[in-house]
Amino acid sequence: METAAKSASICPAKVSEILAKYSRRPDALVSILHDVQKEAGYLSEEAITEIASGLDIPVSKVYGVATFYTLFSTKPKGQYVIRVCENAPCHVLGAKAIVEALEKELGIPMGGTTSDGKFTLEYTSCLGVCGVAPAIMINEAVYGNLTPERVPLILKEYK
Amino acid sequence: MAMVTIDGRKVEVDAGTTILNAAKKLGIDIPTLCHHPDLAVQAVCRICVVEIEGQKLLQPACAFPVQDGMVVYTNTPRVRQARKVNLELLLARHPQDCLQCVRNRSCELQALAERFGMREIRFEHKLRGLPEDHSTPAIVREPDKCILCRRCVSMCHDVQAAGVLFPSRRGADTVVTPVFGRGLDEVACALCGQCIHACPVGAISERDDTERVWQALADPNKHVVVQTAPATRVSIGEEMGLPPGQIITGKLVAALRRLGFDKVMDTDFTADLTIIEEGNEFLKRLKEGGVLPMITSCSPGWIKFGEHFYPDLLKHISTCKSPQQMFGALVKTYYARKAGIDPKDIFSVSLMPCTAKKYEADRPEMCDSGYKDVDVVLTSRELGRMLREAGIRFEDLPEEEHDDPMGISTGAAAIFGATGGVMEAALRTVYEVATGSELPKIDFEEVRGLKGIKEAQVKVGDLDVRVAVAHGLGNAKKILDLLREGKANYHFIEIMCCPGGCVGGGGQPIPTTMEIRGIRGNALYEADRGLPYRKSHENPAIKQIYAEFLGEPLGEVSHHLLHTHYTPRQKYPSVAKAVCGEAAG
Repeated sequence: METAAKSASICPAKVSEILAKYSRRPDALVSILHDVQKEAGYLSEEAITEIASGLDIPVSKVYGVATFYTLFSTKPKGQYVIRVCENAPCHVLGAKAIVEALEKELGIPMGGTTSDGKFTLEYTSCLGVCGVAPAIMINEAVYGNLTPERVPLILKEYK
Repeated sequence: MAMVTIDGRKVEVDAGTTILNAAKKLGIDIPTLCHHPDLAVQAVCRICVVEIEGQKLLQPACAFPVQDGMVVYTNTPRVRQARKVNLELLLARHPQDCLQCVRNRSCELQALAERFGMREIRFEHKLRGLPEDHSTPAIVREPDKCILCRRCVSMCHDVQAAGVLFPSRRGADTVVTPVFGRGLDEVACALCGQCIHACPVGAISERDDTERVWQALADPNKHVVVQTAPATRVSIGEEMGLPPGQIITGKLVAALRRLGFDKVMDTDFTADLTIIEEGNEFLKRLKEGGVLPMITSCSPGWIKFGEHFYPDLLKHISTCKSPQQMFGALVKTYYARKAGIDPKDIFSVSLMPCTAKKYEADRPEMCDSGYKDVDVVLTSRELGRMLREAGIRFEDLPEEEHDDPMGISTGAAAIFGATGGVMEAALRTVYEVATGSELPKIDFEEVRGLKGIKEAQVKVGDLDVRVAVAHGLGNAKKILDLLREGKANYHFIEIMCCPGGCVGGGGQPIPTTMEIRGIRGNALYEADRGLPYRKSHENPAIKQIYAEFLGEPLGEVSHHLLHTHYTPRQKYPSVAKAVCGEAAG
């Protein structure tokens, strides 16, 4: 986690650049958070403070917005984010067993990040591929019709 | 205008009036929880839902504006059921230990549960186990009790401009918290306690220090002295079941004696002293080209806010300590000597309308007597608890006088507790000290009342002294921003942290609304009119302390005991920094 935090953090100068791109408009907060997260992988406390200072809005508000949306993260994430659909069709067709297989294979609980900073495991809302439930996404790639047996094979591609 | 029918009765109201207020006109009290008369509409708790003819869904009365011809029902089976289910859901996530809660019997959720006859909660009772915040000497947060109404958020952002509390995360995971989930000690909180007045339940409260006072009172080796702040003499009655605005100075003194305090003296005495020191400081700054405008320094919430948000303007703040701390420094020096008591045996308690005073008393610099100048600060609410526990009944008490020598005060000191009062008291003295002639009119009506920012111009000799008064940190911020831009064309500014001034302080009885703040303030002006002396420099005990002890205003003893300095503080909590390359800087 520590190493991941350092490697993924963003420098104030870079935050400043992003703020300038949006003319330091408070109503562009969500776009600014997106850009900062894209750059750094997550929204560090330092970045959140820099954004609040740059936009002259309360830092509690920036933190509130950053924690409201599930696609923003205030913690460093792994290089590969594995998102497991937690909605009804996937659940009915065995998402729970997929989660257990992922947890076992990665050695981390749901919500965790591997110590080498490679994988983060989390839930997501419907991925829109109910026809191939249960499904997961690894970064931008979707995997459907999953069985616990397929999990190690898929992860092998990323290790 | 709009004509609406509510529960079969017609009422005419302005278009845009909420259903809640229209119903009030008919004497119908629609229950609310997230609604507060002084704060922004939240419409999140859904306790106030009503049926509107032609609308499928129930609508929140607090936010829904009436239209001409609208027909509303506030008490149908469907409405009652919805309200009860909403309450059940809230109660299923709320601690059920009302008996041990600081807000027992002053809790709005508890009152609603009683009003709706909640005898059963069908949902599983489950608490979130969120950590409590005991990081400051002033305010305690218990997020497990929070019902997510967001009233404190509106108070902290919209009224007080501090922006400390905000909801983080979402849905059932929402927590109203300082940034990054830190303690209040790590963020730019003024500790004003206005969030306590906003909170309908016990999620935010003052730190209770009553036990320390009970122990001191029971200790035969301690000489326990109490000072009573100006604003408490018009508010403690509310703790004892009286309506707001009763002047209970004499009964308060009697009550404190019956609790066992050895001496009951008065912060009003050091309020008068503040006026002498601050008035002379102002005249000196005028004469010698010192930093102007000068800003008052009695309100510790404002001081802490200033240190966090306006560290560049600290030189504008009067170096005078607040009356509480002047009293503390004198009780363990001047009074100790006069009474022949070793200052180490004196236990100094102050009765304050304020939570920020607890923090102020704990500042490391507030030990100029050689001891901790003020040992314990009790808010009005804490004293109320002690009086009730001791079984003291206000109706049975005689009126008694404060003890000498630090118990004699003037009307100028009494009005310190209302917004504009310090300015008015200062003008009464500054005018007469500077011109040597009597003030033609003692009442400065322009600086009284609940308008957010008040201005006045007073001719003192050849100079037109321009003054401004702001109460509530949101109003203070407006003036301070002007000052920072070089556009605040004043000589003297009074800033009080809390709306209405100290009568509306974060330690005052619950409820404290804008209406009640106004009533308490008016009572202070009434107290002022009834006192024999109404100008601080005419206080005989003040003349005596300069003759016997202090020498002269702004003299060496004053400098040591009565004046202080301020500390620039961070606007943001400290955070881990990224390791950046040279190029990135």
